[in-house]
This record gives sequence, structure tokens and C-alpha cells, in this order.
Amino acid sequence: MKEMMLILVGAALVNNVVLSQFFGLCPFLGVSKQVKTAASMGGAVIFVITISSAVASLIYDFILVRLHLEYLQTIVFILVIAALVQLVEMFLKKTSPGLYQALGVYLPLITTNCAVLGVVLQNVQKEYTFAEMGWKALLASVVNGFGTAAGFTIAIVIMAGIRERIAYNDIPKPFQGAPIVLLTACLMAIAFFGFSGLI
Amino acid sequence: MNSYLERLYNGIVKENPTFILMLGMCPTLAVTTSAFNGLGMGLSTMAVLVVSNLLISALRQVIPDKVRIPAYIVIVASLVTIVQLLIQAYIPALYEALGIYIPLIVVNCIILGRAEAYASKNPPMLAVFDGLGMGLGFSIALTCIGFFRELIGAGTVLSGTPFAYSLPEIYEPVSIFVLAPGAFLVLALIIAFLNAMNIQNNGKKKVEGCDGSCGTCGKAETCSDAGKR
Repeated sequence: MKEMMLILVGAALVNNVVLSQFFGLCPFLGVSKQVKTAASMGGAVIFVITISSAVASLIYDFILVRLHLEYLQTIVFILVIAALVQLVEMFLKKTSPGLYQALGVYLPLITTNCAVLGVVLQNVQKEYTFAEMGWKALLASVVNGFGTAAGFTIAIVIMAGIRERIAYNDIPKPFQGAPIVLLTACLMAIAFFGFSGLI
Repeated sequence: MNSYLERLYNGIVKENPTFILMLGMCPTLAVTTSAFNGLGMGLSTMAVLVVSNLLISALRQVIPDKVRIPAYIVIVASLVTIVQLLIQAYIPALYEALGIYIPLIVVNCIILGRAEAYASKNPPMLAVFDGLGMGLGFSIALTCIGFFRELIGAGTVLSGTPFAYSLPEIYEPVSIFVLAPGAFLVLALIIAFLNAMNIQNNGKKKVEGCDGSCGTCGKAETCSDAGKR
């Protein structure tokens, strides 16, 4: 249990996906203008990453490793993610139209969010595999996926909150647009360094 | 011939993927801890981009419109796997340094973006030059960011290449520049610098025949910029 907690905190805060590993920067910079949309994006990402870590972990261990096809992991994982996003979209549309409406256009966009593929590849790289850990590997992958996605949500919501305030400030002309957002991210990254003493 | 050169110019200057379009941010910031790593990432991405543009453009009549995105992803993912195996075999040092970011080239928005926006609508040779231009623009941007981060953060120039040079010992490296915040900071400053240059250039072009001396200029009374220079 303690081990899983460590994985969760490590993934969410210490090695924050966006601010220390740079995964998922496109949505982080693109959809962080308003807190509300940022939170929807975060929700969608948590949903997809958690499911895809579980599915990818199973596929890697029971299909790729058994057939000695580990080198095909990139191709297989990206297809699994793309298919999964479609599936999740259809499933939500049928069962929970409210949530589907809330996530809207952000759901299909997640396929090209590198955080999803990044986490899945990292799970393999960190050896959360059956050969190393047995059935616990599945849990570790899911916890790592959920933690990472939670970290993404934390970062993007904070960023959106800051940007809402920045919008009314007087910014020097050359720094308007992308540069001020990147500078904000820089300061946030420094702040998140504080978590590195946590584990 | 001109349209080929125009493609190169477009990729490197006019629509530079990093500084103007802001695409493919994740490798841009993650691997540019040194100029060598940045160049390695840029060239690997360029290799994938050129070949994927060629294949997608050649197959643009064959791939049905409805399944084009999955088809593009499969093509790109196969190419990335090939590049990954090649780097692992021939440049192990680069493979170590780039790590997980090599397979992540698959989800680099530049590649799918060019496939969708250009390669799927234009003949193969033009698509190749488009990939070449975009790839060069990306490589130059990454090398440039890597150069500054390495210089300030580690006190070295082009380490890992035959032209390596270290600053004298008296310089104390500011190590935050090779860490995560430095990446955001350097990119922000470079883009702000380019914006400032653009603003200055546009300002100059605004009034025809303006030489900056408003006192002797006949149009000074009607000029909206009068007295600003």
C-alpha cells in the first residue's frame, strides 16, 4: 500500500508531467485560458489515461511479451490509445450524455496528447510488468497513470487560474501571448521543485 | 524550382514550427539541455517528417478519407520505430540522452499537422521539400534553444561534438537553466525577442518613405507614428 502511495504522489507532484517532464504541453498551453475548460480537459485526461494504462499494461504483458514483439510497442500503444479514445467517446455518449457534453471536443483531442503515450511507455520503462511484479504490476500501472493525469489536471487548472488574472494586466508588447504564458510556466516549475524533497 | 525553395523558406522562417506555430512543444523543451541533444532530436524528427510526408503524399489517392488519421498514425509510428532502432544501434549516446522522447515523436503535432495540412493535398516532391523545410526549422530552433541552455546552465559550448569548448572555470554555471524551468524561460525570452524584432520591422514598414526624421517630413502632420521615432 505504501509503495502505491509513493507512486501516486511521485507521479502527481514530484515528477509533475507538465512541469518537469514536459508531456502534454500542447493542451497545457492551448486550453488553459479558462478554469472551466481546463478542468474539463483535466477530467477527460484522467479518464483516458487511467483506462489506457490498464489496457496497455495487459496488452504488453499478455500479447507483446509472450510473442517477443516488444519492439512494436510504440505502434501498438498508439493504436490502442486511439481506439480507446473512440470507445470511451461512444460509451460516454450512450451512458452519460451529461459528462459527454461537458468534455465535448476535448475527448478526441486526447489521442495526440503526448502525456497518454508517455505514461504508457513509462510504465513499461519503469518495469511495472508482470515479469517483475506479478499482478501488482497492473495496479502499479493504473496508479501511476492516475497520478500522472491528476498532476496534469492540477497544473492546467492552476495555470488557467493565473491566466484569467493575467488577461487584464498591462504586459509589454513583445511578451504578450505565448511568452508570458511560458514565463508563468517557468515560475510554476520552480514552485513545483519544492515537492522534490517530499519523497 | 521556385516553389520548392519557397517551401524551405516557409518551413524555416515564415512558419517556423517552434517559434511561430508553437507545435511539438514537448520534445522542444524536454531534450534541449544541450545543443547536441537538440540537433539529434531535430534531425530524427526531420527524417521521420520527410519520409512520412513522402509516403502520405504518394498514398493520398489510395487512403480513404474516413480512416486517414489512423492510417497516418500507423505510417508515422512505423517510421518512428525504425528511427528508434537505428539510433539505438548506431548512436547509443544519443539514445540514452533522448530516452522516452524518441518514441514520443509519434505524437509530435508537427508530423500529423503537416500530413493533414500539406502532404495529403500536394504531390510527393513538394511534400518532401515541405518536410525538409519544417524539419530544418525545427532542428534550428532546437539547436538554438539547446545552445543557450547549455551555455548558461552548464558553461559548455557544443559538448558531445568534436567542437566542444568549456567556458573558463571562473564562470559559475546557473544550473537551473538545464533543469525544467530554464526550458520555459529560454523559450519565452527567444519568442519575446523575435516578437520585439517583428514589431520594430512592422513599425518601420508602415509609412512609405519614412526615414525617421519627423521634423523635415512633409507628412508629419497626418502621420499616426509622428514623433514616435
